[in-house]
Parts: sequence; C-alpha cells; structure tokens
Amino acid sequence: MSEPLRGVIVSHSAVAQALVSAVAAIAGVDGALVPVSNEGCDNDALGERLRTAVGSGPAVLFVDLPGGSCLTNSLRYAKQHADVAIVTGVNLAMLLDFVFHRNVSPAEAARRAADAGGKAIRVTAA
Amino acid sequence: MSIALYRIDDRLIHGQVVVGWGQPLDCTFIVLVDDEVRGSEWEQDLYRMGVPPHIQVVFASVEEAAQRLAEWESDGRVGILLVPDIDTAVALVKASGRVTRLNVGGIHHRAGRTERLRFVYLTDAEAAKLRELAASGVEVTAQDVPTARPVPLGEFT
Repeated sequence: MSEPLRGVIVSHSAVAQALVSAVAAIAGVDGALVPVSNEGCDNDALGERLRTAVGSGPAVLFVDLPGGSCLTNSLRYAKQHADVAIVTGVNLAMLLDFVFHRNVSPAEAARRAADAGGKAIRVTAA
Repeated sequence: MSIALYRIDDRLIHGQVVVGWGQPLDCTFIVLVDDEVRGSEWEQDLYRMGVPPHIQVVFASVEEAAQRLAEWESDGRVGILLVPDIDTAVALVKASGRVTRLNVGGIHHRAGRTERLRFVYLTDAEAAKLRELAASGVEVTAQDVPTARPVPLGEFT
C-alpha cells in the first residue's frame, strides 16, 4: 500500500482525544490517529466530522461502543466507502498495535486490531 | 406502564436513550417514529444494532404510530417513543390526539438554530411550534438524562 492507513477513533465525549494522547505518549507515534467526538452533533454533523477526519485515504474507524450514534454514523459512512473498516470496543491495546501495523488493507488491520484488543482484556489475580 | 417517555431526539436510538433512560425505566420496547427510517430496511438494521436483545424495536411511520398509539399505551411493558424532530412530533400529536407530554431530549446545532440549552438548539420557528404544542395541552420539557432537571418550556423558548 502506498499510504499507511489512518485510524479514526469515534467516541462519546473526550474519550477519542484521550486515547490519541495516550498512544502518542506511549508509542511516540503522531499522526496515525485522528479523534472524532459525537459531542454536540446530530447525525448529519457527525457524518461531516467523519468525512473530514478520514480524508481521502483508506482508514479504520475505531468506535467506542457496538451500538449508538458513533457506530450508526460510522456504518453509514463505511457503506459509501469501500476502503474503510470498522472495529468496535476500542481500547488502548488495539490502538498501540494498530499504529505499528498500518501497511495492510483496512479489513486486515481491523481484524488484527480486534485480536490485539481482545487479548488485552483479562481478569487478573491480585 | 405503557409509553413512559415521548422524546424528540435527532439521534434517535443511541446510548442516552438505551442506557440513560432505558435502564432506570426498565424499558423493553422502543417505538421509533420516522417516515424515512420506516422505509429503509438498512436503516432499521442499523438502529437495531444498538439495542440489547431484550428490547423490542418497532419502526413506524407517523400515520402508523397514530393508529397504534392506543395499543402501545395499553401494553403491559414499559416503552419509549422516539421522534427525530419537532415537525414529526407535531404531526404525531395532531394525528393521534393522544400525546400529552413531550420530552425534548436532543436537538443539535444546525444553521439558523441558536443554543437554548446545552443539548437543545432551535430556530425561532421551531420554538414557536413547541409553544403551540404546549398551548394545545401538551406538557413540554427538556431533559437529556433522567438525573437532570426537567427544564420547563418557558425557560428555553
């Protein structure tokens, strides 16, 4: 792929921005992720924020919940753009993996991120 | 209990509705009244994705909702009825003659609208339509989540 994938985090309130900051602090990678909040948006306004955030290239949308306005508007966007994949339940672990593996297709990156994110969820002993 | 909440919300089914209201009300059905969504299977699938399996979602046009409102109001379960905008609310009130209270839950910024509350933006014409509803006997308040204060219409129009 000529252009590395962009990750767009779509969330309620300031979750997306916080995750972008955390990835930059931990991995030292800037520019791979773009935050989008649904704060103050109706569906049209959130769709416009998504268009601006994704730009012209391929992308993976990392959505906070598996339902609700962030997901429904991401799905509307993806329906019109074949080079966009969606992962729900975004967490820091999947984003940290994603920023170092962006030279694959959106679908492959989404599968890889979902796997990394799922493996990070554990019940640990004290 | 029937319809516990009649709500105007331009996001329709989303977290605030399903979790914020749905959990404390113990809601088990949502009626989504929107002519456009009623005509699109794809949009209906989209909205179903955000709803846990124990909650039934009914999609209705304004005309269908006006005809079935009495049925939903006599349902033994607790339901929430959603409309996307003030015009749809007005149409449903007029067509059904049954809606006596209306929650303004989320009308977001667009050109021509001004901020009335953090979650309510209205044009002057939209504010006037809400006042007309109130004058016709509908109790109109604004409240995004159940823990917030219901704001009387006079405070935001």
